[in-house]
Amino acid sequence: MSDLYLVSKNIARNKLRLVLNTFAIIIAFLLFGVLGSINNAFNAGIELSADDRLVVVNKINFTQPLPLSYVEKIRAVEGVKQATHANWFGAYVEGSKIFFAGFAVDPATYLDVYADYLTVESTQRQNWQQNRQGVLIGEKLAQTFGWKMGDRIPISSNIFSNMDGSHVWDMVVEGIFTGAESQADTNYLLFHYKYFIETQTFGSDWVGWIVLNTTDPSLNDQVANAIDEQFANSFHETETSSEKQFNKSFLEQLGSIGLIITSVVAAAFFTLLLIVGNSMALAIRERTREIAVLKTLGFSAKHVFRLVLSESLLLAALGGILGLLLAQVLVQGISQAPQIKNMLPNLVLTSDIFIQAVVYIVVLGLITGIVPAYRAMQLNIVDALSRR
Amino acid sequence: MSESALFELRNIHKEFIKGKEKITIFDDLSLNLKKGDFIAIMGPSGSGKTTLLNMLGGVDKPSRGQILFNGSDITKLSEGQLAKWRADHVGFIFQFYNLMPMLSAERNVELPLLLKNLSRSQRKKHVNAALSLVGLQDRAGHQPKELSGGQQQRVAIARAIVTDPEILLCDEPTGDLDRNTATQIMEMLQTLNREFNKTIIMVTHDPEAAKYSRRQLHLDKGQFTDLETAA
Repeated sequence: MSDLYLVSKNIARNKLRLVLNTFAIIIAFLLFGVLGSINNAFNAGIELSADDRLVVVNKINFTQPLPLSYVEKIRAVEGVKQATHANWFGAYVEGSKIFFAGFAVDPATYLDVYADYLTVESTQRQNWQQNRQGVLIGEKLAQTFGWKMGDRIPISSNIFSNMDGSHVWDMVVEGIFTGAESQADTNYLLFHYKYFIETQTFGSDWVGWIVLNTTDPSLNDQVANAIDEQFANSFHETETSSEKQFNKSFLEQLGSIGLIITSVVAAAFFTLLLIVGNSMALAIRERTREIAVLKTLGFSAKHVFRLVLSESLLLAALGGILGLLLAQVLVQGISQAPQIKNMLPNLVLTSDIFIQAVVYIVVLGLITGIVPAYRAMQLNIVDALSRR
Repeated sequence: MSESALFELRNIHKEFIKGKEKITIFDDLSLNLKKGDFIAIMGPSGSGKTTLLNMLGGVDKPSRGQILFNGSDITKLSEGQLAKWRADHVGFIFQFYNLMPMLSAERNVELPLLLKNLSRSQRKKHVNAALSLVGLQDRAGHQPKELSGGQQQRVAIARAIVTDPEILLCDEPTGDLDRNTATQIMEMLQTLNREFNKTIIMVTHDPEAAKYSRRQLHLDKGQFTDLETAA
């Protein structure tokens, strides 16, 4: 027998109380795991944004185009290391209801600007760059559709029409890219700008937005100002911001998801503190005499304090870990749903959330156990033994 | 202090404050206890028997005076030191057994050994020896609620002796038992005193139980009525 055995026996002595307390903790940590993962998935773009990457969009709205000629002008701005451009395509597979992101990009420069974010095997990269109809598929997207290297795939757009009268572009899978980080979004495809611009019906020589790397993040503001000043009072004024700011303002259009999630989780934890705290206090009060006996047998006040505190910590750990495991299963299940895959491609229960949850487990155990443990430590043996 | 004295109580005063009233339990109480003694302390309710036992066991302290154990004053020890002293030297036997209801008999007996630096197998050995001494080896895996009152008290005795303490303090050990069972328990305590040289101090109301002791002390209003015997 060890202290842990004693603690676990004490926790399990009232089965109903154990089940109810554990259930309450499981629910709180399940909510924390799932909602935290959703929040992270929404914010993944912000978290993974590079410090040295700026995004240039049309000042009116990011859905408005910019002239292709801006790309070269921006490359010439002092402090710009490299620049590339992209157009939104809005892709889906004919017959499928699953929409996903597709970008028409400059194959010569796009991967360099996103070198820290995307990884492509060098031969695949070369093959893609050389094939006008070549397409690079994100790992997750390839898994969803079961696409392999060399597959010829018909990709449709829900915005653009092909000059041949259809909405379909034939593409050949030349490579599959992965994310440098586990949370990087790989649920989209990249194909040649020229193939897109020369075959669609909305005119030529325009791009959706321009992305650039600065030579040093400390130059970001200076470079952004220089770009916006250069195109001020033109037909296509620009707004340049860091990638982080750009992603954040994009998300803010959906409302304050973080605040909603934080409020729900905070309410769950507050309720949990009251339930478990009260339950622990009651459990210890019922065992006053037993605690006095332990002290009589020679268990020191500190030892008794540790035993009682360990009970609340063990209870929190039991419920918390079960809750997290359930959250992991649920998040994994939800993330496989096609609609969720498209909307939240980065939905995973990350190690960050897990570590945060472990910290909360410890805090929960300490807060709910500290008062009963202190009372047990201070318990007067004679008074407690004389109680009936 | 006499050479053979295990305990020596010197001029013990014990007072309680109850509301606005000061209640004096002991006023200048002295007592010598020898190693290997078996003392029965008797007296009416409120005479201070249990308070005296608590002070001897280091769970209560006198307001003034000294309690010398092997020449060292235990009233000077801190709470932590007293806890260790109890674990090393004293075994407690209570009227209502005070076993942990969620632990089996053997786990209850093992409890005091958690405070000793012993391996699992060593603890097991001690537990088996203690249970076999009280004749309960076959009930080792039973929980207290599955045992009779007498069996529970035997488990409590095994728990008290498992660390091989010099002193056993018994507070009404037969108070909750029928006559036959009480006799068995008292015979067991007598064996522990005679064959294992345990010093036993027992508080009891029961004259039959007191007959098993070597000495009987009568407390009344905080004083021993037989002063010669006490000294």
